[in-house]
Amino acid sequence: MSGNGVSVEKNPPVKLPNEPVITPQIVAEHGLSPEEYQRVLAIMGRTPTMVELGIFSAMWSEHCSYKSSKVWLKKLPTKAPWVIQGPGENAGVIDIGDGQAAIFKMESHNHPSYIEPYQGAATGVGGILRDVFTMGARPIANLNALRFGDPAHPKTRHLVSGVVAGIGGYGNCMGIPTVGGETNFHAAYNGNILVNAMTVGIAPTDRIFYAAAAGVGNPLVYVGSKTGRDGIHGATMASTEFSEDSEEKRPTVQVGDPFVEKLLLEACLELMATDVIVAIQDMGAAGLTSSSFEMAAKGGLGVIVELDKVPMRETGMNPYELMLSESQERMLIVLKPGTEEQARKIFEKWELDFAVIGHLTDTERMVLSWHGDIVGNIPIPPLVTEAPVYERPWTLTPLPAVLDAASVPVPKDWRASLLALMSCPDLASKSWIWHQYDHLIMGNTAIRPQDGDAALVRVNGGHKGLAMTSDCTPRYVQAHPETGGRQAVAEAWRNITAVGARPLAVTDNMNFGNPQKPEIMGQFAGAIMGMAEACKVLDFPVVSGNVSLYNETEGRPILPTPTIGAVGVIEDIAKAVGSRLTQAGLGIVLIGETQGWLGQSLYLREACGREEGAPPPVDLAVERRNGDFVRSQIALDRVEACHDLSDGGLLVALAEMAIAGGTGMEIAQPAGNVVPSHAFFYGEDQGRYVIASGSADDVIEAAHAAGVPAVLLGYSGGASLVVRDLLSLPLSDIKAAHEAWLPGYMSATE
Amino acid sequence: MKAAVLVFPGSNREGDVAQAIELVTGRKPQMVWHGDGDFEKTDLIVVPGGFSYGDYLRCGAMAALSPVMAEVKKRAAQGVPVLAICNGFQIVTEAGLLPGTLMRNAHLKFVCSDVHLKVETSQSLFTNRYQAGQVIRVPVAHAEGNYFADQDTLKRLEDRGQIAFRYCAPDGTVDGTGNPNGSIRNIAGVFNETKTVMGLMPHPENAVEPMFGGSDGKALFEGLVEALT
Repeated sequence: MSGNGVSVEKNPPVKLPNEPVITPQIVAEHGLSPEEYQRVLAIMGRTPTMVELGIFSAMWSEHCSYKSSKVWLKKLPTKAPWVIQGPGENAGVIDIGDGQAAIFKMESHNHPSYIEPYQGAATGVGGILRDVFTMGARPIANLNALRFGDPAHPKTRHLVSGVVAGIGGYGNCMGIPTVGGETNFHAAYNGNILVNAMTVGIAPTDRIFYAAAAGVGNPLVYVGSKTGRDGIHGATMASTEFSEDSEEKRPTVQVGDPFVEKLLLEACLELMATDVIVAIQDMGAAGLTSSSFEMAAKGGLGVIVELDKVPMRETGMNPYELMLSESQERMLIVLKPGTEEQARKIFEKWELDFAVIGHLTDTERMVLSWHGDIVGNIPIPPLVTEAPVYERPWTLTPLPAVLDAASVPVPKDWRASLLALMSCPDLASKSWIWHQYDHLIMGNTAIRPQDGDAALVRVNGGHKGLAMTSDCTPRYVQAHPETGGRQAVAEAWRNITAVGARPLAVTDNMNFGNPQKPEIMGQFAGAIMGMAEACKVLDFPVVSGNVSLYNETEGRPILPTPTIGAVGVIEDIAKAVGSRLTQAGLGIVLIGETQGWLGQSLYLREACGREEGAPPPVDLAVERRNGDFVRSQIALDRVEACHDLSDGGLLVALAEMAIAGGTGMEIAQPAGNVVPSHAFFYGEDQGRYVIASGSADDVIEAAHAAGVPAVLLGYSGGASLVVRDLLSLPLSDIKAAHEAWLPGYMSATE
Repeated sequence: MKAAVLVFPGSNREGDVAQAIELVTGRKPQMVWHGDGDFEKTDLIVVPGGFSYGDYLRCGAMAALSPVMAEVKKRAAQGVPVLAICNGFQIVTEAGLLPGTLMRNAHLKFVCSDVHLKVETSQSLFTNRYQAGQVIRVPVAHAEGNYFADQDTLKRLEDRGQIAFRYCAPDGTVDGTGNPNGSIRNIAGVFNETKTVMGLMPHPENAVEPMFGGSDGKALFEGLVEALT
């Protein structure tokens, strides 16, 4: 086949045998609206073939085109001196010094994980790993943010079990430690769980690989697994709401093979160490379609794909299936001319398929051939420039009335209230989950799950550490999206700070309901506004992200969940601190101001059964001032343990520190503090930390000099958590309550 | 001490053990690809952890039949010491270098956690830097670590001092509480008759630095260096 595109442009594609006539019904089944189909006709100047229609359907799906979210995503700050690559590539890239870059992204696999939890979650991990190693990075850590429905819902246990096994099954086999994450439960996720997976990798700053194709005539190479019929229309499925029969969509879920991905990782890194790659792109959502399309579009070129040369898993596959399959563990590479054999040897050593399936042209058209016939011929630029972009109507959620602490009952029994909080599904230990993930492989995990606010992983070959976390408080976002968006970013920043690291950048995973409803679009808009403001004030740019919409079943949306994944750096990992309280005699110091904010608090929900009020406001200037102060004290070696205050407030944070390190404490509400005790101890005011210090006086003096509120609550020691006049609880009781819930729940028979 | 670390498709802790060896010897070990039946002479062969060939048949079953394992069997018969960790332990039992087998964990889940081990003997190449009865803390990370052997084999292993480590509580008590996978008689590691081959499920290579999971595993490598240099 020649690269001469002029003649093929004039020839309409050959109709394949059994090619159906395109009807409005077929168009609708492809998720294209009648208006969108008119655009297809205008671009093509004729009726598309089935494979062409399938390509438009995939490329213009919400999942691939960001058509509802694009106008809003542009409002997020994406630049900083340390940002090497912002959104738009496979993953974001930041400079972490010493010629090294951190490459990371978070991505959702929500719809498939609900339909088939093991494979859905497993391939979510596989997909995000590929996004990161496509760019030349060796992955060094995985995280995941999970939201499940009400524990009492009949499907929840099965979903938790399958998702956790799937994440572990994939990540463990790949040999990448899964070091952190979060898991929440709420009835709003009954019909749509969230599985957000994040990967962080490291590459030399001068060896980063991009997707933009270059060089007319250069070979297009397919490597990895063979293409099967799994995952066809996965991207389209993930761009619609669920209905009662959503489980019938199981065939749209991909099936993962972590062993092949491990081989693919090693083979790609081996190839990347040579000098033969022009561009590389993984085949993720919409498989061969989006990967070949994006490579050509970014390079301003055309491409000829000879589909009969694609390695196939089964016989009888047709061009439509080949272009739309989402079979996993595949990559598309543009090689320098004449290097095919050098590259082929590497993939053959790793026993992976390797096939030259086409080449680049200067026609700016995607031409598909099938045994010598042209079966598809699409102009590339208009498919990008004419792609639908929607400014959907939106209505902001009004700020709810502020809840007066006086209207919230004081606990009748303080011990019972703390035990109830520590064992509630959102706060109970998630060790049942993370013990199923290999979090120690590679030997670089300095802060393990539950031992600190952020996970901390050493960067090989030095003293530097990367801190990473994922955060969102969906009930805050639901109550007031702007505040919730601000809070999610601020909490991620705070968690990185609490281990002593400098927060650098974030990846956002926007999980929302149906954007065609103005109130849902308003949640999205509000969250973005809050996030944008927080990222700006905290110098915390967004470098990558993912949008998952239509998380609704039969009209019931999820809580709006803009998950924030964040990365920070600490130059000397030995200076980092965790949240475990392991020594007696340390001063327990509360940093930040406590007004006693009980609106949307876990105390209100768990102890009083109410979800109401405005969420705690986030003063970003205060957040920054307090965090910078805490980080400075950690750098001065004045801090033995540090914990940010979030869900459950002060008393929960103290209990977590005590049981994690096996050391109790005796504390009291400071004399003269007039906040009602239940609001003081369970309020969720933002911008706060607890630190344990052997030089508490120095810390408090420095805090006051910096204008940061700081107060001594008491001292560590003993085997109980003692709050003067309110409670005394043996740590063993708290720990038992904290650890028992999830294993008990998972082993119960319904 | 010159060491060789085998690499199968799907191995994933070969880097961890190579790093631990380099830490104590100052020298990078030789990495040996699964297809290489012929590799340089070494003082120690390490069969590392991972998911060799995806572990899709039965853990270690395919790797046991690889060209490199045929050579390892030959050298082990000549007395070259073999350290087999996790998937490596599964591989050498499948290859017949050690008795017993590793079944699916009793609770049927993957488990990654620190465990405590009671050192059964200091009379071996691998354990000479430990005291018999000493308790060490190292991690495990596996789904198939549930050691099993028949009663006659167990009796023979115990009579001949071929048990290397047993899972225990932090205070050294050997009972069900410290057993992460249901292993029979809490067995975490065993020797062959000549004590030149040791297999264990836990990962001493992930316990060689205080900041990263403790350093109780380091003495195992230091002991090997002392015995084999």
